[in-house]
Amino acid sequence: MSLLEITDLSVGFATEDGLVQAVRDISLTLDEGEILALCGESGCGKSVTAMSVPRLLPPDTTRLSGSVTLDGRELTTLPEAEMRRVRGKSVSVVFQEPMTSLNPSFTVGYQIAEVLRRHEGLSRQAAGKRAVELLELVGIPAPQRRMKEYPHQLSGGMRQRVMIAIAVACEPRVLIADEPTTALDVTIQAGVLDVFRDLRDRLGTAIILITHDLGVVADIADRAVVMYAGRAVEQAPVTELFAHPRHPYTLGLMKALPSAAVNGRLAEIPGMVPSPLSDPDECAFHDRCPRAQADCRLSRPPLVRQGEDHLAACFHPGGQS
Amino acid sequence: MLWFILRRCGSAVIVLFLASILIFLGIRALPGDPATVMAGDEASPAVVAAIRQEFGLDKPLPAQYLDYVTQTVTGNFGRSTQDQLPVIDIIAERLPVTLELSALAMLVAIVIGVGAGIVAAIRRGKAADYVATGFGLAGLSVPHFWLGLLGILLFAVTWRVLPASGYVPFSEDPAQNLQRMILPALVLGTGFAAILMRQTRSAMLGALSADYVRTARSKGLSEAKVVGAHALRNSLTTVVTVLGLQLGALISGAVVTEQIFVIPGFGKLTVDAVLTRNYPVIQAVVLVTVIGYVLVNLLVDIAYAFLNPRIRLSGARHD
Repeated sequence: MSLLEITDLSVGFATEDGLVQAVRDISLTLDEGEILALCGESGCGKSVTAMSVPRLLPPDTTRLSGSVTLDGRELTTLPEAEMRRVRGKSVSVVFQEPMTSLNPSFTVGYQIAEVLRRHEGLSRQAAGKRAVELLELVGIPAPQRRMKEYPHQLSGGMRQRVMIAIAVACEPRVLIADEPTTALDVTIQAGVLDVFRDLRDRLGTAIILITHDLGVVADIADRAVVMYAGRAVEQAPVTELFAHPRHPYTLGLMKALPSAAVNGRLAEIPGMVPSPLSDPDECAFHDRCPRAQADCRLSRPPLVRQGEDHLAACFHPGGQS
Repeated sequence: MLWFILRRCGSAVIVLFLASILIFLGIRALPGDPATVMAGDEASPAVVAAIRQEFGLDKPLPAQYLDYVTQTVTGNFGRSTQDQLPVIDIIAERLPVTLELSALAMLVAIVIGVGAGIVAAIRRGKAADYVATGFGLAGLSVPHFWLGLLGILLFAVTWRVLPASGYVPFSEDPAQNLQRMILPALVLGTGFAAILMRQTRSAMLGALSADYVRTARSKGLSEAKVVGAHALRNSLTTVVTVLGLQLGALISGAVVTEQIFVIPGFGKLTVDAVLTRNYPVIQAVVLVTVIGYVLVNLLVDIAYAFLNPRIRLSGARHD
């Protein structure tokens, strides 16, 4: 049994235009100490998949089916009060926007100590002391002074480190990092990724890293799931994925990497993502795919084993080894 | 922080200075000669001249202004032309009544307005939201005098649970005092509550969809903490602003409300003074109102700084 198991997860949102199906039949597992990357372009369902674990989606409009288990315990049907004991304790989140994710009216120290007092039952003093240690852990200089400062006094990179300090305060089993480096300068990104790596090594935290940046995936992840139009289209260990990408979409993403540029121009994938309102029985990528053939329009390719520990959903995969 | 408060106090003094000039000139720009009014219709020119001299009205304007300022600063507002009582004594008697009425109305407005605004925001699009916004719209649309009359009709005439009008000083009989003040306070506070409700609701809606509220939820905090601490704290700036801005409306509302419920307060004093051309009283009433307004806005500014660390700390940097 894996630490976290997501099975046949589908998530839709009720809107005025009908049900928008953001995620369809996703299954994935996460082991202790593993860093799993969820990648794909904006709107592919990677954030929705991850936010289904701590149930941080709007409860009124979310339509969810499937199963999410943590240590064998089903989370999707857990009463809200129980779920609040999981959030911030066993499963915690680092959000994409460090500039707005911290409360402007409270000190950094208060916001870190808050989660410790909530879950660990620490006194104000003990939580404050622990918060200083956490700021030190995430690499913030002069933590004693920073404790009393407000978010607007910190840089974006510093704020993201504070977010990470909050997320790891209770030593979670699973840490979800939603585009944690996207809003940061490239020079700061590497430092933040180092903090994640360090946490995994020191505490054995399993990390779900949501990103559209394959460079980040290659840098830090053990395994990656590539998503397209709400479905997983490829899943493999990172070294295997980069060596032998099977799905044409994964290949397209790799060609769009700056290091893969030809004549200084990045390759783009032509066409548009299909609408999440309809879901015809065909490959969602066929009209953008350079390898598409007639059968791609007739039925949806299933996610099947295409090599050792390598899954892909394509009738005409590339890079056979 | 201290520097911030000092700077605000400094600008308050400047505003008061400018206001005093305006009041002084405004009174003198009014049609009619106060000396003639005071002397009465039948007075001889000699009497009018004597009065003019007694009140210093024959001096040039700058000299008159200097007199006015030095007298005012020493607490001498002159005597009422009606009963020859010192204006300062009249104000000292009437002002606490209106302050009590305003404070009670404000309490009603904050409890109902902020409370309903929070509920409406949390239950957005649900029955509670529609009820709150519906009452908000009604509260905004209904004029004080109509609501006051309706209140008297229902509570005093039909149900006979509250007295229709009158005033008992708090120091004499607190229970009687509150019994008589509750209806006027509700009437005066209703429109205010409606405005506060709408502003609180929209501020809370903004705050509830903010990223930091999602962060608070991701920490596993209870909804009470997420809403009551994280979202509300950031909405309070708006609430405080509205409180400060609406003070003028509260004063004019008090004038009408006191008239309906026959409460001997500042508002009623103003109306009576205007009706009898009681210039020294009008002049003092306007000045006291301005001072009240400036003081409240000073408090609002200081409250801002407490609520918003960005304001507080940008002030501190000048230290």
